[in-house]
Amino acid sequence: MRTTWIFLALIAVVGAIAPFSGLYPLFLMKCMALAIFAIAFNFFTGYVGLLSIGHAAFYGMGAYFGGYAVKNYGITTEMALLIGMATGAVLGLLFGLLAIRRRGIYFAMITLALAQMVYFFCVQAPFTGAEDGLQQIPRGKLFGLIDLSDDLSMYYFTLALLLLALLVAQYLVSAPFGQVLKAIRDNEPRAVSLGYDVQRYKLIAFVLSAALAGGAGSLKAMILSLAGLPDAHWTNSGAVILMCLLGGLGTALGPVVGAVMVVLLETELAGVGVVEIGTFRLDLSTKVPIVIGFIFMVTVLLFRKGIVGEIQAALENFRRRRLEKSAT
Amino acid sequence: MNTQVLLGQLTIGLVNGCFYAMLSLGLAIIFGLLNIINFAHGALYMLGAFAAYLALQLFGINYWYALVLAPIVVGAFAILVERFFLRRLEGLDHLYGLLFTFGLAIALEGIFRDRFGSAGLSYSVPDQLRGLIDLGFMRLPTYRAWVVVASLFVCISVWFLLERTRYGSYLRAGTENPRLVQSLGINVPLLVTLTYGLGAGLAAFAGVLAAPIYQVHPLMGSNILIVTFAVVVIGGLGSTGGAIITGLGLGVIEGLTKVFYPEASSTAVFMIMAVVLLIRPAGLFGQES
Repeated sequence: MRTTWIFLALIAVVGAIAPFSGLYPLFLMKCMALAIFAIAFNFFTGYVGLLSIGHAAFYGMGAYFGGYAVKNYGITTEMALLIGMATGAVLGLLFGLLAIRRRGIYFAMITLALAQMVYFFCVQAPFTGAEDGLQQIPRGKLFGLIDLSDDLSMYYFTLALLLLALLVAQYLVSAPFGQVLKAIRDNEPRAVSLGYDVQRYKLIAFVLSAALAGGAGSLKAMILSLAGLPDAHWTNSGAVILMCLLGGLGTALGPVVGAVMVVLLETELAGVGVVEIGTFRLDLSTKVPIVIGFIFMVTVLLFRKGIVGEIQAALENFRRRRLEKSAT
Repeated sequence: MNTQVLLGQLTIGLVNGCFYAMLSLGLAIIFGLLNIINFAHGALYMLGAFAAYLALQLFGINYWYALVLAPIVVGAFAILVERFFLRRLEGLDHLYGLLFTFGLAIALEGIFRDRFGSAGLSYSVPDQLRGLIDLGFMRLPTYRAWVVVASLFVCISVWFLLERTRYGSYLRAGTENPRLVQSLGINVPLLVTLTYGLGAGLAAFAGVLAAPIYQVHPLMGSNILIVTFAVVVIGGLGSTGGAIITGLGLGVIEGLTKVFYPEASSTAVFMIMAVVLLIRPAGLFGQES
């Protein structure tokens, strides 16, 4: 717990100086918006233990609705974020009511199928701009006062939101509510016999997660001035699953680490371009999905706890050994 | 209402339904014994179609041989995947099997999209199956009739294999209680491997059948797989017959939607799934505890 606070402070400090280290604020902001998305996903799947393959629907619809409102009605930035969250929450409630009673794999398939329905809706609906997406979405003014069209001010606003999301998720997880979620994840029949309304806890967690995912979507729409079909596509759900799996499901910082790694991987591979070794020629920029797929498989086979999870386990091991040594 | 259009869409729906039935049957068999949802099922279907396409382009192997060879090749590939990777995930949370096959599907699709682009390649209908059959009230393209006949034959064969043969009895017993079956001297790990190969072969067979109808496309698998998931949620994974009937029925309903309300045709199956979940949360044929 104390280490989490130290890392939070570390993220704040590193985040505050990062734009002056030569990294592009836009790149960093993209990482942070996806990190919030991953935090949302992790809050549900990591602590409830049900796999959702539908989170792209919340993220994508949040991006469309928030983006549409800020573009056409000139609302303030925080209102657009709230609209994104509300969109995610409503959609999450609908998904949850249908899916939450089904176990494990069925839950995964239902969320995927419902998200695909939302995706087809986005393809056909008039306001989404189909293949072009919603373009030139403005960032609005924060509280109607602070203009965020400048990248650096938007950057610090995004950083503040990331820290807030981390804090809220951490609070919810350590609060009695989160403890009940973990109890359900670890042994559902026991939680039922203790008198907890298990379905309601799961549903609330799912709606909270969906709301945060929707907020992340509208944030991303304002950062990149764009909301499009890829945001709502199932591959985006796959990407967020990978971020959390790679970083560490059910850990506080795993989603942030995973999001940074996945975005880095995508941009780096695309940036490397063509590699030539003798007569062997390989264009890496088109290989991103292949690499993503293989990382998925390797992570599942070799380090299921993810990067942060494995480090935590190693630290735990080290501490226990030291305790044993001092006891003898 | 134009009857020709209606009947045309009905047969297209029936053909789609055949693919749903074959794919959900394979998913059900694999789930029964391995307890995982095979997310790579769509990719294996795509591999089947590409195997037929490549066999023709590279070696001049025709459709009829491909119909036999592609399932064998893809089944063998799946057997290797099960033997060397999926087996390591045994005893863990079932979600890891799903996640592994999810990664496998993304990688396979990525490889084929990288190599063949996303434009879609055409595979021509074999000479013997060109043309139309005149049924009196409508003209049915011969190939569509063939798909329906062939896939129903395969589905019924698989049903027969599962319900009426010794292998099937082992398999059903293994689904119920693998440890007990193992202690009776039956090689359950081998059974599991073969079953995964069988499910994959079934998907590849569907892929070859699909090649002349839809284009051979790297993403053809994931598109149809998500609809098949909805079919599986509606029908439940417990019953072989249920999987076949639900698949066919939903294909036909989807075809009808194309006639009466085309805007909803891509979402019809998902909406039906939502309604079924509201009325019967365990699915039509499910007996989930």
